[in-house]
Amino acid sequence: MSRLAATFEQLSKTGRKALIPFVTAGDPRPDFTLPLMHAMVEAGADVIELGVPFSDPMADGPVIQRASERALEHKMSLRRTLAIAAEFRKTNQQTPVVLMGYVNPIEAMGYEDFANAAQRAEIDGVLTVDLPPEEAEECVALLKARDIDPIFLLAPNSTDERIKKMDAAGSGYLYYVSLKGVTGAGHLDTADVETKLKQIRANTRLPVAIGFGVKDAQTAKTVAGLGDGVVIGSALISKVEANPDDPERAKREIIELLVAMRQAMDS
Amino acid sequence: MTEKYNMPDERGHFGPYGGMFVAETLIPPIQELNAAYQRYLNDPEFMAELDADLKHYVGRPSPLYHAERWSRELGGAQIYLKREDLNHTGAHKINNTVGQALLAKRMGKTRIIAETGAGQHGVATATVAARLGLECVVYMGAVDVARQSLNVYRMKLLGAKVVAVESGSKTLKDALNEALRDWVTNVDNTFYIIGTVAGPHPYPAMVRDFQAIIGREARQQCLDQAGRLPDALVACVGGGSNAIGLFYPFIDDSSVKMIGVEAAGDGIETGRHSAPLCAGRPGVLHGNRTYLMEDDDGEIIETHSISAGLDYPGVGPEHAWLKDTGRAEYVNITDTEALEGFHALTRMEGIIPALESSHAMAYTMKLAPTMKKDEIIIVCLSGRGDKDMQTMAQREGIEL
Repeated sequence: MSRLAATFEQLSKTGRKALIPFVTAGDPRPDFTLPLMHAMVEAGADVIELGVPFSDPMADGPVIQRASERALEHKMSLRRTLAIAAEFRKTNQQTPVVLMGYVNPIEAMGYEDFANAAQRAEIDGVLTVDLPPEEAEECVALLKARDIDPIFLLAPNSTDERIKKMDAAGSGYLYYVSLKGVTGAGHLDTADVETKLKQIRANTRLPVAIGFGVKDAQTAKTVAGLGDGVVIGSALISKVEANPDDPERAKREIIELLVAMRQAMDS
Repeated sequence: MTEKYNMPDERGHFGPYGGMFVAETLIPPIQELNAAYQRYLNDPEFMAELDADLKHYVGRPSPLYHAERWSRELGGAQIYLKREDLNHTGAHKINNTVGQALLAKRMGKTRIIAETGAGQHGVATATVAARLGLECVVYMGAVDVARQSLNVYRMKLLGAKVVAVESGSKTLKDALNEALRDWVTNVDNTFYIIGTVAGPHPYPAMVRDFQAIIGREARQQCLDQAGRLPDALVACVGGGSNAIGLFYPFIDDSSVKMIGVEAAGDGIETGRHSAPLCAGRPGVLHGNRTYLMEDDDGEIIETHSISAGLDYPGVGPEHAWLKDTGRAEYVNITDTEALEGFHALTRMEGIIPALESSHAMAYTMKLAPTMKKDEIIIVCLSGRGDKDMQTMAQREGIEL
């Protein structure tokens, strides 16, 4: 069983929901990420989504765009992101790591080389924002052959047919993008999410993580009541942005927010 | 070629290029758009309305002009200019925006968005939006806003909101990113009019089909005026919409050479250029697989060209395919050479070309003397140079 499947099964047995922080690798500088990953696990993270910086992050709002820009200034890359993940795995065998990014850095490396490198780094899942199932066949086959879960997105306007397609192509979990827009935008509408989740559940048995628009502990708690996991990204990265000269303080603030979310989700 | 050219396939692939590389939220609107485009392309009423608009509003057909003096001066092939600069708004861009705006209207969309580089597509979009009474927002890189301020003013006069994009390299690619972000946020009421043959399927095919009027007219005009097909076609390539518009109706005419001219900026060897077909490699950006300017890690690198309209790190996927199959040839022209082309056409024929089109003119100056006097080159004069007066004056140290 994959590390992701095991994690969601274990959570489901204890009636808890997955807390899934997203951070961009190398933001604000390369040596910040590894200790942050370990600290996030201590704060209660169940899965870590590690963002691969890209020069043209079309689906991201300004906060994550700037995180990519900061990381790229320090020459962060897919290769170096994989190296961080491999380093993390040396001392943490439990927590699944999901790479999240855009397809071009993977194309540049070559699908097969990437799949091999991800396997060596013991990556558990790969979420490629701009690679829908129609274009993903080759990549998905290579990942699945190495027991790496391809994670797909669902959107508020996804039809039954699309959800079934994601269910067939994906594994690990499905990521429900809870609002039409880019990361970090607006506030999600709980009633809308609840309605959509019913439709999604009717078409898949995969766990569903919900992201986009989760800003605080209260929202995390509400969303946790609807899905199997909560993804939080921009709200964490804005702590990095708010403390440009004090990364340690940024880290403390990220951890405080995650601890508050964990408590709210478990209460 | 014995088999008739029939690209793309139903999922928008030109061989390994093209496709639909977008985030999930954009899949439903793209499918909706594709369905509408397939339906109306075969709808006689829609096509009649489009034809009427192209004739009475855009001013088509545009002339095919025999540049006799320039041809004599260069001493080789006969040069014919396809005068897209004479269209309403001054460039070929409006052929496409008229078509897409009619589609938007049929689809019940009330809001139009667009990206623009030189501002020609932005102006052409703001124009059709004004005419149809639709809300219009145009995304433009902050660098381009500064170097094309005249077009920014034109768009504002036409009632469009112009958003200066401050992210990334602040040019056309970043404007496209921002327009995609807007679309993902406002998918319900918004129609995204992409200005070139890039983006996810069906845009590359749809924009080509709307621009193919250039080549259809030119082919017939050449037969009428010269009694034969041309020997070569020359057009500048940024995203590549005027080039594909000219080339497409000639693809099955194997005797007609097709040459796309990319922007070499300071020179290919300097790395400061916008020539992905000549010096890039395949990758995925803005919804399709094509040749890109990127580093070894797959990060898109900054491009350079004196012409804002060619300053783009990608190129339409169909051009990538035509390059690989050898059906078209792609060459490049530096900023300095483009300026020579600009002055030559201006002084020899009394026509001031856009800096984008000047790249095609500059290559024609190299090509024509190598050909025989009874051979024919059709060059796409994709836009007029009025918008570039500030850039030219600045470059030549003149105060306006």
